[in-house]
Amino acid sequence: MDVTTTEPSSARKNYLNWDHSWQSWLFTLDHKRIGILYLISISAMFFLGAVAISLVRVELATPRGDLVESETYNKLFSAHGIIMVFFFLVPSIPATLGNFLIPLMIGARDLAFPRLNLLSWYLFTIGGGFAMTAFITGGVDTGWYFYTPYSSTYSNNQVALTIIGVFIAGFSSIATGVNFIVTIHKMRAPGLTWFRLPLFIWAHYATSVIIVLGTPVVAITLLLVLLERAFRIGVFDPALGGDPILFQHMFWFYSHPAVYIMILPSMGVISELMAAFTKKRVFGYSFIAFSSIAIALLGFLVWGHHLFTTGQSMYAGMVFSVLSFLVAVPSAIKVFNWTATIYKGQVEFTAPMLYALGFIGLFTIGGLTGLFLAAMAVDIHLHDTYFIVAHFHYIMVGGALFGYLGGLHYWWPKITGRMYPEGWAKLAAGITFVGFNLTFFPQFILGQMGMPRRYHFYPEEWQALNVLSSAGASILGLGYAIPLFYFLWSLRYGKLADANPWRAVGLEWRVPSPPPAHNFDEIPIVVWEAYEFVPEDADEAEQDREAMPGVPAGGHE
Amino acid sequence: MSVQVKQRRRGHVEPRPEGAVQEVAHQFEDIGQQNESYIVGMWSFLVTEIMFFGGIFMTYIVYRTKYPQTFTIASGELDWKAGFLNTLILLTSSLSMAFAVRNAQLGKRWRTLLCLGITILCAFGFLGVKTVEYSTKWAHHLVPGPNFHFSRHGGEQAAPADRGTSFVEDASPETSGGGAKPEGEIPQHEAQLFFGLYFASTGLHGVHVIIGIILLAYWGGLVQFNARAARDFIPIEMVGLYWHFVDIVWIFLYPLLYLIGSPKL
Repeated sequence: MDVTTTEPSSARKNYLNWDHSWQSWLFTLDHKRIGILYLISISAMFFLGAVAISLVRVELATPRGDLVESETYNKLFSAHGIIMVFFFLVPSIPATLGNFLIPLMIGARDLAFPRLNLLSWYLFTIGGGFAMTAFITGGVDTGWYFYTPYSSTYSNNQVALTIIGVFIAGFSSIATGVNFIVTIHKMRAPGLTWFRLPLFIWAHYATSVIIVLGTPVVAITLLLVLLERAFRIGVFDPALGGDPILFQHMFWFYSHPAVYIMILPSMGVISELMAAFTKKRVFGYSFIAFSSIAIALLGFLVWGHHLFTTGQSMYAGMVFSVLSFLVAVPSAIKVFNWTATIYKGQVEFTAPMLYALGFIGLFTIGGLTGLFLAAMAVDIHLHDTYFIVAHFHYIMVGGALFGYLGGLHYWWPKITGRMYPEGWAKLAAGITFVGFNLTFFPQFILGQMGMPRRYHFYPEEWQALNVLSSAGASILGLGYAIPLFYFLWSLRYGKLADANPWRAVGLEWRVPSPPPAHNFDEIPIVVWEAYEFVPEDADEAEQDREAMPGVPAGGHE
Repeated sequence: MSVQVKQRRRGHVEPRPEGAVQEVAHQFEDIGQQNESYIVGMWSFLVTEIMFFGGIFMTYIVYRTKYPQTFTIASGELDWKAGFLNTLILLTSSLSMAFAVRNAQLGKRWRTLLCLGITILCAFGFLGVKTVEYSTKWAHHLVPGPNFHFSRHGGEQAAPADRGTSFVEDASPETSGGGAKPEGEIPQHEAQLFFGLYFASTGLHGVHVIIGIILLAYWGGLVQFNARAARDFIPIEMVGLYWHFVDIVWIFLYPLLYLIGSPKL
């Protein structure tokens, strides 16, 4: 297992420098390069989505709708939702970090289907192209969930183009999911049993199961909306005896589990960060592993809590309410186990760890406010208010995005072979945390006071909280912009990273940074458990201590 | 089949006349891992297909429960004989597909090609019958849209009694709730919903048949012109799985759409 090397990455052929031509990127079958392609695409999408919402926040700084028209306002928040959900959050961690790391973590040379992997990126790009075309040529004002009959019958803007874009992006997601399932089942290195897998892999396995079971359902649902628009087949049209509520059932059958597609990979990242920066085995390994599976399965049984106010039978509502409460159990198992991992750990407050700690706090708030919404009676009051906006942003931004940023920092040296500047990164993590809470905490209060979401203007007395939220958004924007700059800066000027700058364990840290194109010179035989921090790791660490920033000397067991 | 799987797991392939072995792609360690990965991948993909069609079957269940009388009456307008013919055609194609897979495993190229050819012919036959059916529906104004008008084609001459419509008559008092309408006079919009579902589901199935033809033709071409590709029987096996899936969808669509009413014998 002597693949760790300390020679500078530039002297060695790796997956980045073996070929610089553009063909070698656009036709690459290397999972690591496809991960990078995805990273670039989704980052672009993220900033487009952020631009849309910053206009919304500027608009909401004053009670009167004086910046944009109501219609434009609707198109802005719809664009924000569609981009962020379908083109950023769903692919974010799986398609970038997952793509890059799954083969490395399980000791494989690539994903099972490299060409399918490349196809998935192209589908994503084409789908994104359709959606962008729709936004440029008139926009779409249905919100990201395309409720019928507005989307199918009445809306006169680019619903069809957008739906085609989302539909195509869905297939990219399916391709990734199938690829991950097969890879995790069939490509693990000898000796790497299921319970020796990193929890990141478990989380991605659960995510892939949701993708495979859920995405086709939203595909057929959106296809029916398209057919409805084109041919009036009538399934969602009350005038033809169709039922618009059926759309909501079918849509949320995917789109609630889709929330777990977004958060589960992030939870996988947090497990890795917790182990790496406490230098301990994750507490309750198998509980965290199985809670991922439990969340994946329970996630399919709770969609009805989106329909508490939509004329669903009261008894169905009660069942959905109870089942929604049940999701809190595996989520809490994770949070408690992460917290227990910190106990007596050798905690290092690096930037990724700051994001991870932020995740735990914000995810807890987001999760607990979710219970308010799962309670039927309370939901009647809070439904479609800013409370729910704040709730799911605590999960999606405070949870999924913090995990994504934490993971990106943590594996940045592995991906690029360069360290990011730790000081700036800590600053950005702090700014993001403050900005995030300033943006979304006031929205809990606004929602509780009854401010409905998606409105263009609001009564004067809510201005203070809205201004606070808009101010927070600008700080949050700064928190996102700083990493963009220092990540790009580090590509050229960052300190060279050795194979294992964090003294973490895991197969991905046993190959050079950046890894060679074929990942492993020799497929490893795994004879150790997951997160097994043993003294020999510490000995190995002594040899190249100078190459690791941010780690206090002697901080190893 | 289980014996074969075991053999593959040990890294052996069945002896084949041409004495050829499959090639292992760079990401796999051995041929057993590669073959198993492909088959598991195909089954995972078929799971997504089941969920995909599951959505439309769910829609069918909802509206058939909601409008049982309309569905039985409107279903009577579908040509069950054409549907039966298509069922036979597809089952035949599945048989030849199964033979194609077996011959590919044994490395018999020409027999594989022959079987794939028969499968493709059947697929075109299926689409041909479907085209005739669709154009008849068009001529009878049964395609959803502004020109939709449901009338019991051919039912005007025949009195309801001598059509053996016991199911409809039994069902109507309990299920249709809003008073028993004279048979044949069902709300236009409900009939349109049935035909909307009919076209959506059979149309989607038809698209899958067309994709199947393309896949069969592509792999058939490879078997014919590319000796290297011909050695790898796994793609044919995967196309086979897909093709059987397409068949099974039809096996469900046919009774649900064509046979719930009162077939005109």
